[in-house]
Amino acid sequence: TGGSGGPDIISTVEFNHTGELLATGDKGGRVVIFQREPESKNAPHSQGEYDVYSTFQSHEPEFDYLKSLEIEEKINKIKWLPQQNAAHSLLSTNDKTIKLWKITERDKRPEGYNLKDEEGKLKDLSTVTSLQVPVLKPMDLMVEVSPRRVFANGHTYHINSISVNSDCETYMSADDLRINLWHLAITDRSFNIVDIKPANMEDLTEVITASEFHPHHCNLFVYSSSKGSLRLCDMRAAALCDKHSKLFEEPEDPSNRSFFSEIISSVSDVKFSHSGRYMLTRDYLTVKVWDLNMEARPIETYQVHDYLRSKLCSLYENDCIFDKFECAWNGSDSVIMTGAYNNFFRMFDRNTKRDVTLEASRESSKPRAVLKPRRVCVGGKRRRDDISVDSLDFTKKILHTAWHPAENIIAIAATNNLYIFQDKVNSEMH
Amino acid sequence: MMLSKGLKRKREEEEEPEKEALAVDTWWLDPRLPAVAQAPPAVPSNSLLDLSVLKLHHSLRQSEPDLRHLVLLVNTLRRIQASVEPEATLPSVPSPPEAPGVAADSLLASSDAALSASMASLLEDLSHIEGLSQAPQPLVDEGPPGRPSGGAPPGLGALDLLGPATGCLLDDELEGLFEDIDTSMYDSELWAPASEGLKPGPEDGPGKEEGLELDEAQLDYLLDVLVGTQALERPPGPGR
Repeated sequence: TGGSGGPDIISTVEFNHTGELLATGDKGGRVVIFQREPESKNAPHSQGEYDVYSTFQSHEPEFDYLKSLEIEEKINKIKWLPQQNAAHSLLSTNDKTIKLWKITERDKRPEGYNLKDEEGKLKDLSTVTSLQVPVLKPMDLMVEVSPRRVFANGHTYHINSISVNSDCETYMSADDLRINLWHLAITDRSFNIVDIKPANMEDLTEVITASEFHPHHCNLFVYSSSKGSLRLCDMRAAALCDKHSKLFEEPEDPSNRSFFSEIISSVSDVKFSHSGRYMLTRDYLTVKVWDLNMEARPIETYQVHDYLRSKLCSLYENDCIFDKFECAWNGSDSVIMTGAYNNFFRMFDRNTKRDVTLEASRESSKPRAVLKPRRVCVGGKRRRDDISVDSLDFTKKILHTAWHPAENIIAIAATNNLYIFQDKVNSEMH
Repeated sequence: MMLSKGLKRKREEEEEPEKEALAVDTWWLDPRLPAVAQAPPAVPSNSLLDLSVLKLHHSLRQSEPDLRHLVLLVNTLRRIQASVEPEATLPSVPSPPEAPGVAADSLLASSDAALSASMASLLEDLSHIEGLSQAPQPLVDEGPPGRPSGGAPPGLGALDLLGPATGCLLDDELEGLFEDIDTSMYDSELWAPASEGLKPGPEDGPGKEEGLELDEAQLDYLLDVLVGTQALERPPGPGR
């Protein structure tokens, strides 16, 4: 948790592939990595809790002299690379520049040099009478972070997504109008694979909002648009993937038509399921599950906060209607999660069709406390702990959430506070 | 909190919507109003139109506008305008209208003109700036040779509500319509660019070319300064 204020606002949250590490990025360009402590019998109370592992400044504010513009240091996205040796690596990006960071541990140091003393100063050679072999002695753990690559000058518009390919050699970055493919080892050039910039900018009516590689097929990726459509592209089909392989789009519901229909249909996040068979999308009022084999409509639609449908005018005025919420799958693709207002977040069980609303707040989150389900009432009958729609705090938005890849552990970013919730009941049942 | 206890804003002050996040005028939540009884208003109030124009104006004034926000705003504004004036498309008006509502129509059309000109100018600017800024930077591999540079438009098509993008919007026929209309509200001062990159509205048609040259001259000067500055700051050579 940090103090109140702009630079501490968390802007992205991401578990690594084992769930051992959790990275957060903030508006001030900082990355904080948490590590899960191994469960030990000696300290039964700290069962696998996350502690700060490393903190570093990833991006600094920059000034583009040609355009007279300041480039924000805010971290838009972090993606972990699959671990290939003892070191961990992650990609972090702001609006314009992606960086590859390597995180290494040092817990031993050599002692007993022949030519240097304890402080590293050269010894007087006349005092050296025998030779010794330096030995490695344990030391306090030091986590070292170093920038390995800087991928700059690839984007004219603001980067909204990065995604590492399953081939572990390439990754893509997407801005409002273009998607580039990079090789992780090459920084001075990238390959443009999607370009939706019209010849005349006055014809611009649609932008790219999110994109992701398929988890298993290294040639497939999806990107979403501000008009609510998804395009699945195959890099084997053409070098430039302007023509999609599949277009996923749901026709507008005529009974729900309003001036704000397009804004609320804009997809703010898209995530493939772990199985690779489904996609999850978030728009302003719903989360939808799509089957890759069915383009005509989603197979499941869940209402996140339908009580806002009659308040769209007001939410348009205060710009809340433009908020971009993320969504997440659990490890087995059976439960989906997304954030909402008033520090609420929602979970939907795809099998039982049950859903729950929970709150991330200091009051309800004492250690080992059980989260109480919340309810928003729309008028009519009101139970004791219900919140009325008009009392919702729209400045408290849960935009960024992440789910541990295997266990029931979730990370919730509430402005500048990070909450990590673990489902103890289920883990005890295993 | 936010939706129930709205504080009345003084509309004349033209306060930016973003700063009013906690104080929302809630008149449209009043259940007595027909607009609230059915969720989407069939005909938008003038307030919604004004609000949208205000938002667009605010968004255009940002030094680097959020493209998604801008595009969604413009598309929404088009929808609103289309339902307020479904037949008012500038190029398609063949003869001077005789209806008494011509004043309102013309005001709307001229505001649309100023709006579309600013919007189009800004978007056009983005591509100009992009062209200039990519030149000195390392080449980004845009794909195999032979690929059209601009990229194919995704088949969305230009909407009729927007007139031609740059230069003079109104042809001689239509100019006469606006002679007696007071468009001071929508004059270029309202749409004046806050930053170098934006261009003036259609009233400054001939000035547009100057504006472009001025920008290039200013950019050249800026580049000279940068190069000069870099020469001054060059680190000392080896041996020092």
